[in-house]
Amino acid sequence: MSDILIRAARIIDPATRTDIEGDLLIRDGMILDFGPGIGRPDGVSVCEAKGAVLCPGLVDMRASLGEPGYEYRETIVSAAQAAAAGGITTLACLPDTKPAIDDAALVRLLITRGEETGSLSIFPYGAATRGCAGSELAEYGLLAEAGAVGFTDGRRAIATSRLMRSALAYASGFGAMIVQHPEDPGLAEGGCATEGARATLMGLPGIPAIAEAILMARDIRLAELTGGRLHFAHISTAEAVSLVRRAKDRGLRITCDTAPPYFDMNETSIGDYRTYAKLSPPLRTESDRQAILVGLADGTIDAIASDHQPRDAEDKRLPFAEASAGGAGLATLLAVTLAHTRDSALSLMAALDLLTARPAALLGIEAGRIGKGLPADLCLFDPERSWLVSAGSLPGKAQNTPFDGRALEGAVIGTWKAGRRVFG
Amino acid sequence: MNAPNRHLLGIEGMAPPTILEILDLAESYALLNRSGKTRRDLLRGRTLINLFFEDSTRTRTSFELAGKRLGADVINMAVSQSSVSKGETLVDTATTLNAMNCDLLVVRHNRSGAPALLAQKVDAAVINAGDGTHEHPTQALLDALTIRRRKGRLEGLVVAICGDIAHSRVARSNILLLTTMNCRVRVVGPPTLIPTAIENFGAEVFHDMRAGLAGADIVMALRVQKERMSGGSVPSAREYFAFYGLDAAKLAYAKPDALVMHPGPMNRGVEIDSAVADDPTRSLIREQVEMGVAVRMAVLDLLARGGI
Repeated sequence: MSDILIRAARIIDPATRTDIEGDLLIRDGMILDFGPGIGRPDGVSVCEAKGAVLCPGLVDMRASLGEPGYEYRETIVSAAQAAAAGGITTLACLPDTKPAIDDAALVRLLITRGEETGSLSIFPYGAATRGCAGSELAEYGLLAEAGAVGFTDGRRAIATSRLMRSALAYASGFGAMIVQHPEDPGLAEGGCATEGARATLMGLPGIPAIAEAILMARDIRLAELTGGRLHFAHISTAEAVSLVRRAKDRGLRITCDTAPPYFDMNETSIGDYRTYAKLSPPLRTESDRQAILVGLADGTIDAIASDHQPRDAEDKRLPFAEASAGGAGLATLLAVTLAHTRDSALSLMAALDLLTARPAALLGIEAGRIGKGLPADLCLFDPERSWLVSAGSLPGKAQNTPFDGRALEGAVIGTWKAGRRVFG
Repeated sequence: MNAPNRHLLGIEGMAPPTILEILDLAESYALLNRSGKTRRDLLRGRTLINLFFEDSTRTRTSFELAGKRLGADVINMAVSQSSVSKGETLVDTATTLNAMNCDLLVVRHNRSGAPALLAQKVDAAVINAGDGTHEHPTQALLDALTIRRRKGRLEGLVVAICGDIAHSRVARSNILLLTTMNCRVRVVGPPTLIPTAIENFGAEVFHDMRAGLAGADIVMALRVQKERMSGGSVPSAREYFAFYGLDAAKLAYAKPDALVMHPGPMNRGVEIDSAVADDPTRSLIREQVEMGVAVRMAVLDLLARGGI
């Protein structure tokens, strides 16, 4: 493979707070050098960045792939295409597939399937409970040895206090993280929208917003009791942000992520029974949305994940209560996040940190950084270039984007995985 | 002025002049119906399909009669659970109906928003005949017409809607319509059957029948599903009747000339006592059924002429 020079880029590496104009040289899949005036070796192939931003390939810490079991929604190959188009080079996938990822062989299989794409490293979560069925602990030790980066039941909360206590305690023996879907299952049962005036008007069964905080408050205490490592996925309410903030202030090892819909949209998006905006957790009020943005800007929230949930048209072309919850998110992760570096206190550096180095650190993996000698996993994007999100013409198979019709500024123009250009 | 709405999916967003237009036209149909000179040719050659995913003899018959009185070809399609469980989706059904060149599609479904979904997929004008816990617009219109005929007006009346507000599409449509027409709307029921934030829509919330009915011109009792009274929302039917069942003693809290309504079908002895339901001086329940046909004729008429 010949050397590649990405020329005249604005290079941002959030882990080292680097933000410089310069070039970046790739050799043998690694970053050989970067910065201003690093020269131009003979025979190098040149990519002109023309001032576009070059950052580490994004690390998406929460996505569902259709495989195994839901290939009609998404395959690993199609997800990898969508990821590459979204600048994502590393992804942690949820285990609530069919079968669930509760066996070491399945963890190895997913890792291999990721390697086969050549464009996406897949780090699977292991099931927190056998079959993600919520009753017996899965084999954390064996799963972790095979490469599982944490344990979760995916879209389903680990429900009983007793089981959560065991999960946190047992995982701590392997230094592993438990990732919780923070929603009290009893309060959420049968609901499909945030309880309030909108759900009432639309005649939709509601889930009170406090279903999130109630489970989080319990789990924070259980993490304290067990010394377990706890991460909350896709937090969506103001109260959730303040719970995490207080837990961190008390020195607890509690972390959390959120996903673009929760800081970009509010519950009005489900008007006209738009099932593409039916998500889990459901979209919240405007004040919750604002609180999530504050939590991102002040560092309380540790990562932004796509929360990619591929669905096909038949899963969504149903009355709202029957439609499957979840939105496609790989291709829009970066651009929706960038939109809020313009209208909130979230800086570009902090935003990219939330998409790269911080989730990589949570997962305990080598990714999300630009540095000499590191693999050349890179994302080049033009922050000014605008595009229209359109369900039906997104990269990959899943088209169920809640952002359908949204105009965005910030387009990925190139993605490199281990030095090989996989998009653009 | 907005372009007329091609469908009738709900009362939400309907302005007073539109409501009055429907009520006035329905009033004229009510008079015609009573005179017996009802058969008109307005909908000759048009096809009306009653598409009912949920059983409802009363509403279906009312639409059927309304369609026939206007000369439409009326077809009743009761979609059995079997074809739903065979995997035929709502959208498949819509495609089938489109192929039949149906003009007016009356839909009853147990899921909120199902008629709205169908309306996106069919060429016919869609009339919501009740969707889940969302809306039942023709019920609210017929209730308003019934009230107006007996009280001579809507504005300023105190209307107490009693019972399971949370799961009632009738309550939602009535609250929206009556508050739009400047009635003072109260909802009365146990806290577990009052939906969140209902006061945002202009309804005053009461948990006590004495306070809720005080000074009421109209008392509307709503059907309570049996399964709500098995401990989940209400401990038992007898406890419900004791505190919220509309009997003569509780009706006495309202104005002396207060009138009683019920959208039917009634659970006698649960949400309403037979003595009240059958009292010809107080009960409007029969008249509600009569006005139902007139209102549905008006709605079909307007939609066939281009919209509401």
